[in-house]
Amino acid sequence: MSELNSLSTSLLQWGDDALILGQRTAEWCGHGPVLEEDIALTNISLDLIGQARNWLTAAGSRMEPVRTEDDLAYFRTDREFHNHKLLELPNGDFGDTICRIFLWSQFSLLRLEALAAQTVCADAAAIAAKAIKEVRYHLSHTSDWMVRLGDGTAESHERIQASLDCLTPYTGEFFHVAAADEPAIEAGVLPDPSEFYDLWEAGVAEVLDQSGLNWPDCEAPHRGGKDGLHTEHLGYVLAEMQSLARTYPGVTW
Amino acid sequence: MDARTERVWRRLREIPDPELPFLNIVEMGMVRGVRWTDDGLSVSITPTYSGCPATDFIKEDVERVVQKLDPQGEVEIVLSPAWSTDDLEASALEKMRENGIAPPAERTSDKLRLKGQHGDVACPRCGSGDTEMVSAFGSTACKALYKCRTCLEPFDHFKCL
Repeated sequence: MSELNSLSTSLLQWGDDALILGQRTAEWCGHGPVLEEDIALTNISLDLIGQARNWLTAAGSRMEPVRTEDDLAYFRTDREFHNHKLLELPNGDFGDTICRIFLWSQFSLLRLEALAAQTVCADAAAIAAKAIKEVRYHLSHTSDWMVRLGDGTAESHERIQASLDCLTPYTGEFFHVAAADEPAIEAGVLPDPSEFYDLWEAGVAEVLDQSGLNWPDCEAPHRGGKDGLHTEHLGYVLAEMQSLARTYPGVTW
Repeated sequence: MDARTERVWRRLREIPDPELPFLNIVEMGMVRGVRWTDDGLSVSITPTYSGCPATDFIKEDVERVVQKLDPQGEVEIVLSPAWSTDDLEASALEKMRENGIAPPAERTSDKLRLKGQHGDVACPRCGSGDTEMVSAFGSTACKALYKCRTCLEPFDHFKCL
């Protein structure tokens, strides 16, 4: 794929994050533990997929030949996706799902704020400014649940702590500079992602304090998603998401 | 505003929001601009939420209106500045109340809001301020579900965004 504008790789990366987390979260539709949370997770998914459409359209418009959002969502293979590994993991239980969206939204918000504040790439700033309002709401909702589960019963505490222990090792990738980050950093659209670490940690720690949860004593070694090197799970996500479009190319309804 | 631009705005006010059909897209604050240039008519609209499924339907409705007034006319979706509930016209807030939906309790610039809190949401049925949030998310992207402790009725609240 020859690229008209190098920033398309970064735009694609941001779109893949939103698309894959949106697709994963949509799996809860009809399966939520209570009706309100079924609706909440489906609404969060809808916001993320809407954001993904904006990012992928912006990325595709910079490619030569121009690609549509559908071309990019449905006709790329797993090695061509640049999402963080955390976002493709299976949903697990409700606590795992909440914990993932919480850890991610804390980071995503910082990145979106940086994107909205820069003036080099106007369309990225516009998409980010819109997404900030939505992600702030996702963060507030999942923070409430972290507190409710962490400070709830012995079982809810134990299970949400286990979610945190299991997912934290994937958060190191947020702050790692991968090839997909470089165009935006070079263009001055985004700072080096490692600069977000202190603020992210402070935001997460504040909620963990209220929840009575412990910061897991672990390394966060998992990397590679942004470079297209994924876990085995992404293939299954794509198989489900892409099957209709690939079986009936060009189908409309 | 010249007569033909005014006519476009009048026609746009006849397009309902598919999810809140008692409101039109102009009072929702979704129409960002109407321009007649040498190339013809151009209308720009903005979505409420990034993933709002109504956006595509609204765009089709606007395209139909534009086509009638100018077959070469264009409809453009713009994201910046991002839509806010501050863009709702006063008439929209009143119509929400009449239709059992509590409008946003504050403007996004309110001090309370900037501190991450929100104001009391009054029950659209009995007016009581003694209400509680049942769910932060509701039947559409723009709403949350509330319950009135006085009249015990559940109701939708249009979230402040």
